[in-house]
Amino acid sequence: MKPDFLILGNGAAAPARDIPVYEIDRFLQGIIDAVDDGWRISSWFGVPTPGGATLYCVLSFKQDGQIGIMAAEAGLSFTSIAGLCPQASLFEREIAEQCGIVPEGHPWFKPVRFHRSFVRGRDAWGRPEADPILPGIMDFYRVEGESVHEVAVGPIHAGIIEPGHFRFQCHGEQVFHLEISLGYQHRGIEQALMGGPHPKSPYMIEAAAGDTTVGHSQAWCMALEALSGCRVPARAEALRGIALELERLANHTGDLGAIAGDIGYLPTSSFCGRIRGDFLNMTAMICGSRFGRGLVRHGGTGFDLGAREVDEMLARLAEARRDLTNAVDLLWNTPSVMGRLENTGALAPDLARELGLVGPPARACGLALDVRRDHPFGIYRVAQIPLVAGHHGDVCARSMIRWLECEKSLDFIGEQLLQLPGGPFRNPGGELAPGHVTVAMTEGWRGEICHVALTDASGRLARYKIVDPSFHNWQGLSIALRGQQISDFPLCNKSFNLSYCGFDL
Amino acid sequence: MIRAMLARIRQGHRTTGYPRVPAVLPERFRGYPRLDPSRCPGGCHACGDACAYGAITHEAGTLRLDMGKCIFCPECVDACPHEALAFGNDAQLSSNTREGLVVLSGEERQKTRAMGDELISLFGRSIKFREVSAGGCNGCEADTNVLSTIGWDLGRFGVQFVASPRHADGLWITGPVTANMKEAVRIAYEAVPSPKIVVACGACAIGGGPYAGSPEASDGIGGLLPVDLYIPGCPPHPVTILDGLLRLLGKIR
Ligand code: SF4
Ligand code: SF4
Repeated sequence: MKPDFLILGNGAAAPARDIPVYEIDRFLQGIIDAVDDGWRISSWFGVPTPGGATLYCVLSFKQDGQIGIMAAEAGLSFTSIAGLCPQASLFEREIAEQCGIVPEGHPWFKPVRFHRSFVRGRDAWGRPEADPILPGIMDFYRVEGESVHEVAVGPIHAGIIEPGHFRFQCHGEQVFHLEISLGYQHRGIEQALMGGPHPKSPYMIEAAAGDTTVGHSQAWCMALEALSGCRVPARAEALRGIALELERLANHTGDLGAIAGDIGYLPTSSFCGRIRGDFLNMTAMICGSRFGRGLVRHGGTGFDLGAREVDEMLARLAEARRDLTNAVDLLWNTPSVMGRLENTGALAPDLARELGLVGPPARACGLALDVRRDHPFGIYRVAQIPLVAGHHGDVCARSMIRWLECEKSLDFIGEQLLQLPGGPFRNPGGELAPGHVTVAMTEGWRGEICHVALTDASGRLARYKIVDPSFHNWQGLSIALRGQQISDFPLCNKSFNLSYCGFDL
Repeated sequence: MIRAMLARIRQGHRTTGYPRVPAVLPERFRGYPRLDPSRCPGGCHACGDACAYGAITHEAGTLRLDMGKCIFCPECVDACPHEALAFGNDAQLSSNTREGLVVLSGEERQKTRAMGDELISLFGRSIKFREVSAGGCNGCEADTNVLSTIGWDLGRFGVQFVASPRHADGLWITGPVTANMKEAVRIAYEAVPSPKIVVACGACAIGGGPYAGSPEASDGIGGLLPVDLYIPGCPPHPVTILDGLLRLLGKIR
């Protein structure tokens, strides 16, 4: 039976004292029970205390759009539930790293981002204060035996991509296990937000994951707006929605091209590389930045669209739709491409559910999750986007989902442009309410983005927790590769396309 | 095959004509700043106060904007009631020196100069970079990657990004150089054979960008390696990157 939570709607705020505080074992059992009942862990984090940490768990239930929060006081250690509830595993490691407390009995107890804890002198691994913490220094999973070999790559990879370290345990070409060690991009964003909002905070959020600028900055603004009781004008909600879907279009298009490139199918690869730019340039038409910098602002948007720009955008959208359809259709009509996509890197739905996957990789295995539908926010409260799901869970399904989502986004943007509400595009922000909590979730192009804010007695941010969809999904990539050929890695990797910086923060 | 050929005809040839023809940039693109302190009433510091990154200083009739600190956000423009500053549409922003990124009202603008004759004779026709992503948000990587797509076709200028520092003539750094990437950057730099050049691409690599001041990062590459080309922007527009690079290689003068 799930315990009683403080129930919040998406982007709503409440006094933090209304969060029920349970005794730690009841709290942990509560997480297990809620997950058994079909809830998902959207966020779980600690705020350090002199004796340990206050733990907050945010769970979401898509059936009736509920978001629940509960808390507990933990000492310097607590019992790990990772063995019973795999989606808790990484959260526990993160709590250990940030708060310096130990989840006892954790099956894979390793650092996440390789930094010192928020509390001076307290380290969950007992590493001496004087020694530097080096990234990637941990016990990797190993496989022993004749003709078993290990392939290690990174942090610097062959292409222009972000740093990470990957170890494949292989038998010939076959991968038994892939372990991914990140943390190289860690910039200390959560620490920097404490005591804020500071003047630099909105820009750090925009740069939490550059390709998800709109997704993250919308969550940040929703949190501030909830805490300051600020109403966002309808016109701004529509513009934000347009920008969010353009972000999805640009990234899905780029990834479809990259997937084609990894197969060696150059027509789609080259065309999509350019069409992606067309979508980025549409975002730049709104706000001057291809990545949506400066677009979403506390209280609304930083820019408006005039009638002439709306017309031009509609024309460009129609052109991009024709080009994209033409380029992507080649994939589905080329048997050698389909042969490479199908049955590669398949993930079973049960595993996806247990690991707590989100976004296109989850939808590709039939998990019908989408924040835009399940916990609607902003413009999606009044204008629905149909959810698309597949069922094979392979590279093909992940690619197909991307394409179907592109179609839906194109329709959506077209409709919104034709019926943009009038009125202002930004209302004044305001001071944050003291002693409050809020949860703001958006559906970024990679999946669920969850921001949680807690304010202190003077209305400053006591804690700001960010969960990028990549945090839920990296483990999915690693599992999808089991039993595959090592040469399938690039294709699997592209079809997930997870964020290193969004994870590392 | 027929389908692919028809698609090829439909998609056509769309590689940018830059530098032969001027680049077309979005109207709201924020490029080279235009500063006009004559419009400022005495005692107004609205622009400087609005900048979270201390990129603007305002003294006795001069305005100064450091493009190396600027993330082109553009709060300063919104904050200024007198329209004393604006960002123009000019994407040519790069510089050979850190000081060259500082725009001072009334001073003449310096664009990137070509590297020395000896380096031009070595690298002018063919130069290979190893890119190292050292933190940041991946925006700079994305817009560097774009240059190798058909829309830009960087290969036609003899510029290529390669897989190993040992095959490279230079390092291309993006990101503020996080504590966890410092060692990797150093190893990669040492692995590039001499003579070698270093490009700092983006606000992060120049001075920490949006994360300037974070204890987990080094505020860019400046203090760690000698830099030959600074490309400002967050992220720099592909035209800004291409322009800086072609000037360094002496292909635009
Ligand atoms: S645009 Fe640049 S100078 Fe202006 S406020 Fe933003 S960071 Fe500062
Ligand atoms: S300079 Fe800006 S775009 Fe480039 S990596 Fe840094 S935050 Fe991202």
